Amino acid sequence: MQRNGAQILMECLLEQGVDTIFGYPGGTILNVYDELYHYEGRVKHILAAHEQGACHAADGYARSTGKVGVCFTTSGPGATNMVTAIATAYMDSSPIVCITCNVSTDLIGKDSFQEVDITGVTMPITKCNYLVRDVKDLADTVREAFAIARSGRPGPVLLDIPKNVTAQIAEYEPMARKDHGTSGRLGTLMKRSSLNFQAPEPDHGDIDLLAEMILRAKKPMLICGGGVVRSRAHREFESFANRIDAPVAITVMGAGGFRGKNRLATGMIGMHGTQASNMAVDACDLLIAVGCRFSDRVALQPSTFAQNAQIVQIDIDRSEINKNVETDHHIIGDAKRVLELLLERVPQLQHDEWKEYVFSFPTETYYDEVEHRLTPGQILSTTARILPHDTIVSTDVGQHQMWAIQHFHFDYPGQLLTSGGFGTMGFGLGAAIGAQVGNPDKTVLHVTGDGGFRMNLNELATEQYYKLPIITILFNNGTLGMVRQWQTLIYQGHYSQTTLDRAPDFVKLAEAFGLGGRRVSSVSELEEALHEALESGKGYIIDCIIDIDEMVRPMVGGGSHITQFMID
Amino acid sequence: MNEPLRRTLAVLVDNEAGVLSRVVRLFSGKGYNIESLAVGTTDDPNVSRITIELIVDEKQMLLVCNQLRKLICVHSVKPLHPDHSIRRELVLIKVLARTSETRNEVIQIANIFRASIIDVSISSITLAVIGDESKAEAIQNLLKEFGILELVRTGMVALERGQYTIDEQTKEKGEFDYGKNVL
Repeated sequence: MQRNGAQILMECLLEQGVDTIFGYPGGTILNVYDELYHYEGRVKHILAAHEQGACHAADGYARSTGKVGVCFTTSGPGATNMVTAIATAYMDSSPIVCITCNVSTDLIGKDSFQEVDITGVTMPITKCNYLVRDVKDLADTVREAFAIARSGRPGPVLLDIPKNVTAQIAEYEPMARKDHGTSGRLGTLMKRSSLNFQAPEPDHGDIDLLAEMILRAKKPMLICGGGVVRSRAHREFESFANRIDAPVAITVMGAGGFRGKNRLATGMIGMHGTQASNMAVDACDLLIAVGCRFSDRVALQPSTFAQNAQIVQIDIDRSEINKNVETDHHIIGDAKRVLELLLERVPQLQHDEWKEYVFSFPTETYYDEVEHRLTPGQILSTTARILPHDTIVSTDVGQHQMWAIQHFHFDYPGQLLTSGGFGTMGFGLGAAIGAQVGNPDKTVLHVTGDGGFRMNLNELATEQYYKLPIITILFNNGTLGMVRQWQTLIYQGHYSQTTLDRAPDFVKLAEAFGLGGRRVSSVSELEEALHEALESGKGYIIDCIIDIDEMVRPMVGGGSHITQFMID
Repeated sequence: MNEPLRRTLAVLVDNEAGVLSRVVRLFSGKGYNIESLAVGTTDDPNVSRITIELIVDEKQMLLVCNQLRKLICVHSVKPLHPDHSIRRELVLIKVLARTSETRNEVIQIANIFRASIIDVSISSITLAVIGDESKAEAIQNLLKEFGILELVRTGMVALERGQYTIDEQTKEKGEFDYGKNVL
């Protein structure tokens, strides 16, 4: 049937099962929004306050639901406003498809109004991107984009469609999603390089070898990375950990991949890792890292990382092997499949002596509890006590992010939404909006600091308009806490441009946006505020006043050996 | 094998707009300088072959190969072993030659190197030399005496010796050949 480009785009989104789009309209994408008008009832559109927020929301939606997030923006500034959010999704392997419309093909390259070469700009931060110059290619390209975004190691894909292409007419043949890989361009690609679209079956010889290594090991240790979360392999991972009876450390991205309350959990590893995790990784004789790239925040000093161990890396992405840390063995494949195969081969093991050593170190950081003021520990333990156990938590970046991961026990993939790789301040609110839209029945908690919150708080308007009952816990210390912590510890207390003693009054701000809000400075006030927030059924900001000199503990300096704690 | 050496990499890619920048970006993004780059279509007009030379150690080479294999536009990637491949580049050298004496000398040198003379003017001679970098360097050093006005090289192209082809090294296979376990 004959359809114009905008109609083909919308039909292709429906083929993919897309029911929610985050976005912001503008001049060049008008044809698409005009078509969207006719799809009301079939596709929900969430109008954000800013394209960055829209794209973070698509990302949060993708992370929390496991589906592909979709974001629409216009050309030029609309497209470049998404860049930070796309990079955030790329670093954390979150599947999103961003659709931008560019100026018409006859205007491309002429510095036309709101023109930018967005495919050029986003090349390093997307799995793949496309400029669709011919409407006849549109349907195939959309199908390809979704296949790439969700397959293998997931990630963002950008599709740039010139305005005239959205108006041109072409023949559109509807095709069910299961048939996409069998014909057209995607079919050719699947034949040529199926590994770009599906995880390879793990090499069984490699699995057997690892099984032997596990049998030989006296002091095995596991790292649960973001790959476990993306592969939703939490059940297999937990069975595997229980089977080989090995302590498990999580990375920031791995939170939710391993049940936090399991007796084998040693907590986070790395710069702000627990003593148990960091001491264990230094002492173990076999380290199995699943879906973890040993980033500089985890390995810290690659040459001495797990120096007494044979290191085994399990990853879906072959280019991660040996990238940051030299490994002794690796298995390429999807975490779920690899763990299934391992479970078939490994008997129940017991490592009591080793566990006794590891768990002689604290697996949690105990912060001082004080009467007269609120501490981060009190805020988070109170919050965890009152909110439902399956609450989805989104964070910004900084001290509150580390505290949240230290204090909450995450139980399932997608429960924690945080910018682990890119460290994007301002990620939290957008992600919380996406998560609440995708999970209307769950409580969504947005943990933030005064610095990060101020970056993208315009999205409070979105939260209010769509009646999203997100609870914001704001760690208000009047400073860029994590940077201040570094200035205290490394820069002789030169607090250069980190003090944020400035507007707004966050409670009044909440009121101005039509949300609930309250400032709290004691546990009992916080309890009241949380109950009020849950009952109010609308967005609520709890402004928690904490001390300016609170620190995240423990801490190992960047590039130092993992057990050289700067503070403990 | 783990010291930085000049290494050759052959890559088959889609012959489409933007593909070259996707490939080249990976090298600049990792901070590797490309020593030589040659691109052209193959017997299949939809496929281009890129030959890249860079100074890296073996580990860096493997990482780059694996990054390249992740690109959708890439069909095959193969590092070419210097002992089992032939490498050639075309160098055009424009030499100052104002007198018949210097012209004769330049022509003699050209003959020794089996370079062809492709242009002569009253004051210059342009030579075309085909070879690997040692041959180009040798003739360049000799011609320096006369004054080189301009020099341009196509960039090295390379093929494996014998019947082996890059097609045997598809992305799928490369995946499993990569860095087999050292244990």
